Amino acid sequence: MLLKRLTEANGVSGNEKEVRDIIISEIKDYCTSLRVDRLGNIIAYKGGKPNSKKIMVTAHMDEVGLMVRDIDSSGLIKFLPVGGIDKRILVSKTVLIGKDRIPGVIGAKPIHLQKRNEWSNALDIKELYIDIGAKSKEDAEKYVSIGDYIAFDSQYVEFGDRLVKAKALDNRVGCAILIDLIKKVEDVSFYAVFTVMEELGLVGAGPAAYAVDPDISIILEGTLCYDMPKVDSHQIPTYIGKGPAISLVDRTTVYNRKLRERVVAVAEKENIPYQFRKTSMGGNDSGKIHIAREGSLTTTISVPCRNIHSAVSVASLEDYENTYKLVEAVLTDLNEEGYDELQ
Amino acid sequence: MSNLEFLRSLSNHKGISGYEDSLNELIISHFEKYADEITTDKLGNIIALKKGCSPDKDPDKDRVKILIAAHMDEIGLMVKDIEENGFLRFTNVGGIDPRTILGQEVIVHGKKELFGVIGAKPPHLQEPEEQKKAIKMEDMAIDIGLPYEKVKELVSIGDPITIKRQLIELKNDRYAGKALDDRAGVVSIYECIKELKNLSHEADVYFVATVQEEVSMAGALTATYKINPDIGIAVDVGFGTTPELDKADTLELGKGPGITLGGNIHPGLRKKLVETAKEYNIPHQMEITVGPTGTDARAMQITREGVPSLVLSIPLRYMHTSVEVVDMDDIRNTGKLLAFFIKEISKDILEGLLCY
Amino acid sequence: MSFNSQLLSKLVEIYGPSSNEGRIRDFIREEIKDYVDEIRVDALGNLIARKKGEGKRVMISAHMDQIGMMVTDIDEKGFLRFTNIGGISPIYSYGQQVIFENGTVGAIFCEPVEDPSKIKLENMYIDIGAFSKEEAEKKVSIGDICVYKGHFSENENVVFTPYLDDRVGCFIAIEAIKEIREPKNDLYFVFSVQEEVGLRGARTAAFAIEPDIGISIDVTSHGDTPKAKRFAVGLNKGAAIKVKDRSIIVHPYIRETLVKLAKEKEIPYQMEILEFGGTDSGAIHLSKEGVPSGVISVPTRYVHSPVEMASKIDINNCTKLLVEFLNTEFDI
Repeated sequence: MLLKRLTEANGVSGNEKEVRDIIISEIKDYCTSLRVDRLGNIIAYKGGKPNSKKIMVTAHMDEVGLMVRDIDSSGLIKFLPVGGIDKRILVSKTVLIGKDRIPGVIGAKPIHLQKRNEWSNALDIKELYIDIGAKSKEDAEKYVSIGDYIAFDSQYVEFGDRLVKAKALDNRVGCAILIDLIKKVEDVSFYAVFTVMEELGLVGAGPAAYAVDPDISIILEGTLCYDMPKVDSHQIPTYIGKGPAISLVDRTTVYNRKLRERVVAVAEKENIPYQFRKTSMGGNDSGKIHIAREGSLTTTISVPCRNIHSAVSVASLEDYENTYKLVEAVLTDLNEEGYDELQ
Repeated sequence: MSNLEFLRSLSNHKGISGYEDSLNELIISHFEKYADEITTDKLGNIIALKKGCSPDKDPDKDRVKILIAAHMDEIGLMVKDIEENGFLRFTNVGGIDPRTILGQEVIVHGKKELFGVIGAKPPHLQEPEEQKKAIKMEDMAIDIGLPYEKVKELVSIGDPITIKRQLIELKNDRYAGKALDDRAGVVSIYECIKELKNLSHEADVYFVATVQEEVSMAGALTATYKINPDIGIAVDVGFGTTPELDKADTLELGKGPGITLGGNIHPGLRKKLVETAKEYNIPHQMEITVGPTGTDARAMQITREGVPSLVLSIPLRYMHTSVEVVDMDDIRNTGKLLAFFIKEISKDILEGLLCY
Repeated sequence: MSFNSQLLSKLVEIYGPSSNEGRIRDFIREEIKDYVDEIRVDALGNLIARKKGEGKRVMISAHMDQIGMMVTDIDEKGFLRFTNIGGISPIYSYGQQVIFENGTVGAIFCEPVEDPSKIKLENMYIDIGAFSKEEAEKKVSIGDICVYKGHFSENENVVFTPYLDDRVGCFIAIEAIKEIREPKNDLYFVFSVQEEVGLRGARTAAFAIEPDIGISIDVTSHGDTPKAKRFAVGLNKGAAIKVKDRSIIVHPYIRETLVKLAKEKEIPYQMEILEFGGTDSGAIHLSKEGVPSGVISVPTRYVHSPVEMASKIDINNCTKLLVEFLNTEFDI
């Protein structure tokens, strides 16, 4: 199953090859053209009925993870975060290192040996390390090297009421939706771009947008969801089960209102549930896309994911399917008519 | 001129971010002996082009373009206000740790060069609690020993200020001074252009002494846009090993440049660079930076449609102080490595190297 | 001294927060259309007006957008929660009136907190006097943006009003457009969008225009009120010529040209180094191959509050300096 394949592949920011290869193998027979640019972005074109405006749909391929920083004399591995990770989620987890997926565990000082007052302090990343069971530095060096990329070890699992747990739902959900769009949508011309290094500061998106020079872009994402009980409703960014989340504003974009209202109109016409992404925290590739060259319009449509940026992110398959439906409908709608009213 | 003399002249010279033009004569006079063309652009970058030669005597167009950048600007200070007693209040230009400038001698570049000293509230007048905390730049002032009226004639708000420092010789061919970040890099790329005179290379190489790297990378952004190279290489400095730092975060002096690995660096190019270093027996070390680096390469990588980038770091201790320490061997080896790498680059192998 | 209060008072009171500048754009367009040769609007909404001339291509930028607050949630009782668009201070917002595009008025207040100095936007809400969610939804929707509801006042020295940032810059640009009859340079006046959220409009406008020189007109802070943080700029001391802020180190030729002109034409001026903040020139100077750029600033007290204050003489001097600058024969 596509989403399982994508989430279990390892593509930490800066090392997206495994994911890129899967995506290329999935889409190559359905594209009019396909190339990989100088940073590793995939730029594909699906030709259909000619549009008056250039449309681009994007999803970033990378996930947050870790990198081997040092191997100490006893064979323990020190690491760095790649992308934004809350260090408190790392302790007592399993990881896979490098191309050969060497398994390791993240440990720290056992609690029995800690003083009571140490308990309330979060462990700093410098105090954590990965143990692969090596006896010494030389032993460890047979299996891992400094600079190796490390991904969370987390399987794709369906559970509960059509929920999914996996790593990297941010943003393999976006990649999966975009792959399906390429395969299923007929008669609309659009560029499909899979970007690199979004988690490191939207690095791939700028040059990709510069090359494609779109008029309108739809950015697909997996976004924050924090719908725990007893939290005030205005502090909840999105909910599981309420459909795709449409962005209003975040740290990198104030989304064009007319385009956003058009997306909402499509959702209501097609009876697709939707919600607004209510927080202005965070950012995504739209930040670099909408201000490339002479500027363009963007809208970001996301699948809500709990525990984003951890090994155990959770999303609803129903939300995922509704997000696909909405984006497909918006693409068809944009192809039909009336862009100028968006200015 | 020898590398050491060039380094000394550069280090002792003024040129804070935004005010690099006084370095033009010094840098141009060195590079013009080896370059085919030298220009300065709109923001003040100095661009020295050394043309390559294609194997089948092609006309100038279509050769591989390599951009090599080393920034010429240094961090410094700037006059922000003049007190009634003639003391100057100042702000920082680029990342200056206030703890490194207390009690420092400075030069204020007003209508003439004026000597000054940075002082602050004497310890006797501070509470014991105050003494434990570092003094903020807000509370420091520069004394140039002149009364208000005289100061007003000679100094304006906005005048640049540099630390007064001359290059110092240490043991083992190591030197300490200000602005070695990144004037040591400028000397390295000078070493490279000298080496290229003796090597045949296909690519056109643009040696750029960039401006304003310490504040905004404005120089790298605009020079890269203008030149639109196939490959971008930033030559900057990396953290030199000292006891209180974690070894994993540092490069050892004397063991060659750090070759960076990470998201900002093109993996195919990096592999070729490491192979070149091994082939020519040039000492080198590994440096990892997860995402965008704090060098001109950060700007180069995301310009236009993207530029595959590399970073070489010269090991340097006590970065952003006025006693930065480098090893001349590292400067030389960095320059040589660059030259041999350039020699290896041809249109034929470029596609293969850049392929994902 | 003549001061066009009428124009400025209209400019500051027109709705136009970042991303939603339609109304102010329409007003400015009407105001200048008979004085320019070409007008167009780009994809992000920048208003670009050209006065043709020989000489260098100069881009003049003043931003039309205002800071504001975007509704993100409407609770069961009809209270609105919001996020900031641009730099909104909780302290300046507390107890202020706001107004939406459709004229709905509200007031910003706060949940009770233990330490008032620590209030954050998340603890605040807008009360539009609706008694239920349904009633509120008839007047406002999630995604709507409101701005401070202020009022333009003046005395013989100063003007008091919200949104001098940067409607006073637009004012100066409009006055310059009307005053310059035969331009000695090719002038592109850009009334830019989304400056307050990251200099976004200026960036794309500069990319399209490819100017030889950039100049923006914006407000700067002040250092002349009781116990103010040390800053050499104050009201009534002249047009401020920027040396540096967080977004730009002004190109020496531009800075020196402005100082020379100010001295020659006897326009009072002061030098400005701002240790925080940025302006459109921060984006313009990094465009493509680089653009030598500078800034003329209007010294302003209480920036980003509902009552900003500037001196009329300073504003007029900024206009004079801009006009002299645009008529210069540049040799760069």
